[in-house]
Amino acid sequence: MEDRLRVLFLSGLAIAVSGCSWMPFVGPKQQPTTEPVDGDDRPVQVIEPEVERRDIKSADIDTEDFEVGIFGGIMSVEDFGSNPSYGAKLAYHINETLFVEAGVGRTDTEETSFERLSGAAELLTDEEREYTYYNLSLGINLFPGEAFLGANRAYTQALYVIGGLGSTRFAGDDRFTVNFGVGYRFLVTDSIALHVDFRDHLFDIDILGEEKTVNNLEATLGFSVFF
Amino acid sequence: MPLLRSVFAALCLLVVSTSTSADEPVRVTVADAYLEMHTGPGRGYPVDYVIERDESVEILMRRTNWFKVRADNGREGWVRERDMELTLDAYGEPVRFRSVSRSEFITSRWEIGALTGDFGGANIVNAYAGYSLSGNLSVEIGGSQVLGNFSNGYIASANLVHQTWPEWRVSPFFTLGTGVIRTEPKSTLVAAEDRTDQFAQVGAGVRTWLTRRLIFRAEYKSYVIFTSQDENEEIEEWKIGFGFFF
Repeated sequence: MEDRLRVLFLSGLAIAVSGCSWMPFVGPKQQPTTEPVDGDDRPVQVIEPEVERRDIKSADIDTEDFEVGIFGGIMSVEDFGSNPSYGAKLAYHINETLFVEAGVGRTDTEETSFERLSGAAELLTDEEREYTYYNLSLGINLFPGEAFLGANRAYTQALYVIGGLGSTRFAGDDRFTVNFGVGYRFLVTDSIALHVDFRDHLFDIDILGEEKTVNNLEATLGFSVFF
Repeated sequence: MPLLRSVFAALCLLVVSTSTSADEPVRVTVADAYLEMHTGPGRGYPVDYVIERDESVEILMRRTNWFKVRADNGREGWVRERDMELTLDAYGEPVRFRSVSRSEFITSRWEIGALTGDFGGANIVNAYAGYSLSGNLSVEIGGSQVLGNFSNGYIASANLVHQTWPEWRVSPFFTLGTGVIRTEPKSTLVAAEDRTDQFAQVGAGVRTWLTRRLIFRAEYKSYVIFTSQDENEEIEEWKIGFGFFF
């Protein structure tokens, strides 16, 4: 726009200048010019710059908003013992504060103390004892900062709170599950992170008589990569 | 264990595919008095280095609204987008990054998201993907899991969505669709069989842009399920959730 204006202005000026130099000849009275004519007859050359613009496109820059990871730890399923658990998750970082996460995980469960002590028939089959879940959660990064290892090494880190919804397959049924918890992200490099997560998974179950809400606590260590 | 192995394989693949994407580096020159480099991609991370005017930096990567840059002397750090826009490109022009805004949301083609809510008294978890045919009309497919006290189920659906005023901040839409629902009565009930029925649905909802690629969505749908029984079943569904557009 500015260039076009400049061209317009310069060509206007060129016309005005050449017009002015004619003026004295059309005028009724010709006076001997003692002063030099304002502007000479050399043609005003307008050069259009032919520079190719190259905008910085987002595609030129590697964007790393996604994070994929695996985790393993221990999960306590209420009444059914604590056992190793493992899973995977995928997160998308919306901005520096918010992220969403989709996760899947599984653990095995043991006999309840009732089953063990009474010696009665088992409540669940082996297949029903497998506990698998998926969830979709929203996380909020809190307290971003640096962790120092010794005098010369600093690593970025953040604490986050996270909560969401999903489903759990356990004891022969799918159960609507709410999860919430807190986690710690420690970035080994800007693209590789270690996680410590504590999560509570809640759902309603009536397998041991009346329906009750159970809390299933899971503590995991994880490893993730940004891409 | 095969799950773990495939996850690990996918992870390796991703690492390889992203690490090969680097071509010629993007360089910018600092035009403001100085450029602040933070230790991490967030306002809470401290500034530990500054780059003076007329020095240049190389952009290494981007995460949300932050850019990882490398100075000529090799120092690396994170710069916020707002500060990066006070730099000049190779032709001395101010740098503008294409940031995602509400106008991009209106013209975007793809949308994916997840919703949750109430399906006739049961809980429902839903994931959907939509493709915009024009500014107003889009097609969507979705899958839901219904988790109730007496039965569970799965829903697969296809919808036409009409966004009547896409330019409104809180934009209403109307939807019409069909699909199948699989109902699995709980094991404690006697003599109940799994069944699969077709349904038709009509609904309305609102979408609103929140930040970057994130949108909020709330919707109501009325289902008519064509059961094999004498009467059709009618179910009302309310859902809220988040979506992303591309």
